[in-house]
Amino acid sequence: MRETTDPGSVGSGEVAPAVHIVPVRVLATVWGVLLVLTVTTVLAAGVDLGNLNLGVAMLIATVKATLVLLFFMHLRYDRPILAIVFVTALLFVALFVSIALLDSNAYAHQLIPGYGPALPK
Amino acid sequence: MAAGTTGEGAVAGARTHRVAHHFDNAEQQFESGKLGMWIFLSTEILLFGGLFCAYAVYRSNHPEVFVYAHRFLDEGLGALNTAVLICSSFTMALAVRAAQLGRRRQLVGLLGATIALAACFLGIKGIEYEKKWKEGLLWGAHFHAKLAPAPPALPQTLPPVPAAAGEERSLIPPAAVGPAGLARPGQRAVAEGPEGPPHDVQVFFAVYFLMTGLHGIHVIIGMALLSWMMVRAGRGEFSPGYFTPVDLTGLYWHLVDLIWIFLFPLLYLVR
Repeated sequence: MRETTDPGSVGSGEVAPAVHIVPVRVLATVWGVLLVLTVTTVLAAGVDLGNLNLGVAMLIATVKATLVLLFFMHLRYDRPILAIVFVTALLFVALFVSIALLDSNAYAHQLIPGYGPALPK
Repeated sequence: MAAGTTGEGAVAGARTHRVAHHFDNAEQQFESGKLGMWIFLSTEILLFGGLFCAYAVYRSNHPEVFVYAHRFLDEGLGALNTAVLICSSFTMALAVRAAQLGRRRQLVGLLGATIALAACFLGIKGIEYEKKWKEGLLWGAHFHAKLAPAPPALPQTLPPVPAAAGEERSLIPPAAVGPAGLARPGQRAVAEGPEGPPHDVQVFFAVYFLMTGLHGIHVIIGMALLSWMMVRAGRGEFSPGYFTPVDLTGLYWHLVDLIWIFLFPLLYLVR
């Protein structure tokens, strides 16, 4: 059964947008997975992985965010332009943060006592 | 050139929505609304991106401050809040679905459930904030918590630890000694050197209150929008042919959830 709205249910002279209605089954599954991933990220934080802890936490958060974007915000079923607009914003934020970090790390040894050895010239 | 349809619906019981003159049809109007909303969500990402950048730079330069200070946050309440927001996203997605199917009572109920869960989130946040306020764990110059110099066990008072000769001190004097805050007993204070807690712990709380505060403001705005949608839905303004405002409010609400999904591990689950 195609899950779309019936154009005949609206007033004459107007074309109803034929939208994809996400099945409850899909929404409920995504909801369950999100809760499981929340528990996972809390448990993973209890395990000492050293420097990997941040990476694992961010990876799980990214998976959760992707599920919300694709299914709850129905990017999976929409035109690609919407996803392109959003991902572009994310890429620019990534660029912004990484350049700020590069700059900060380059000068940190001069400004912060005990930060670490300077990069060799 | 076809003019936009007027408000009166030809089919009994169906409410039609006017198509503005610069759109060809209702579908194009709806798609344009969605594109506009996604562009707005991108600007929200950039807004929070600035704060995430501040977090990243400060944590990269002073990781010991974050490892030490995050223990004053209640991880259980943070995880509970994450679950609350995820559930509110679920009810919101179901609400949009109800609007698409023209089920008015279900739509109103689900919008109400989303608002209730949002209120839960704010309530738990309020409890956390109150605890910080009482213990003096505030931002910048307002920070006046008493931090124990040793791994927190029983409350004890010790004389202030003087700095080693020649060691650089921050301009902000270290906090006075006294009972520790929420740090769990028996936990090894790995971030504490022999001199005691790291300097500038108040900066962590500046970052914490800025990010969760701005997020909280977005939750309040979302609740106002959801209430407005609930009123409009109650009046029967939405139908399978027109549910754009519900859809766009849903997108905003999911973004609020998205931001918290990242805030939670960054602030509460530091290692």
